[in-house]
Amino acid sequence: MIRVQAGLFDVGAEIARFTAGRTDIGAVASFTGLVRDRHNGETVSAMTLEHYPGMTEAELERIESEARTRWPLDDCLVIHRYGRMLPGEPIVLVLTASAHRAAAFEACAFLMDWLKTKAPFWKLEETPEGERWVEARGSDDEAAARWES
Amino acid sequence: MRVRYFAWLKQRTGCAEEELDLPADVLTVADLIGHLGARHPRFAEAAAGRGVVRCAIDQQHVERDALLAGAREVAFFPPVTGG
Repeated sequence: MIRVQAGLFDVGAEIARFTAGRTDIGAVASFTGLVRDRHNGETVSAMTLEHYPGMTEAELERIESEARTRWPLDDCLVIHRYGRMLPGEPIVLVLTASAHRAAAFEACAFLMDWLKTKAPFWKLEETPEGERWVEARGSDDEAAARWES
Repeated sequence: MRVRYFAWLKQRTGCAEEELDLPADVLTVADLIGHLGARHPRFAEAAAGRGVVRCAIDQQHVERDALLAGAREVAFFPPVTGG
């Protein structure tokens, strides 16, 4: 399941809803990405995420379906926000559920690594020097590449 | 065909999107980049850098040798930075 939204989400409530009424799930792994107040030594007062409506959802669905073919997942949830957000706020949540922990952990890491290099989002930071677009990191490409088969 | 630009590429072209009728010899993404570069010199400058300008046809990532035939929407954007 994919959700792309401007509003905040509550990680605890999302996990509770994710497993509500399920007795077959043995493991839930989660990753939450947060807005940091510093980047490359500069203060970040806010961040705006631009995205490509339509492609964002399509790409996240492609990534989710790839995860489901690679691991035996009982369920999967990706929430990604767009718009302006403040330090400390959540940006992204990935939840994976499986019978056992290995699949849940691995699929969660995979979803984040692929999302970071494929989902069409762009971060614009507000700093004391003005606005600046965040540059992609080579380490993200390397992290995604480890899942190439 | 609709061409869309995202993030700082919009500042290079001065627009978020435009409708274009393409000449018959514009067949691939690389051809389209050349065509757009003539209209937007600062876009051409960005597109000359390796890996700086990425492309999607009808909301799927493609490489520069991809064919435009049948495309309704082509988007150009810098490497993604979500998550």
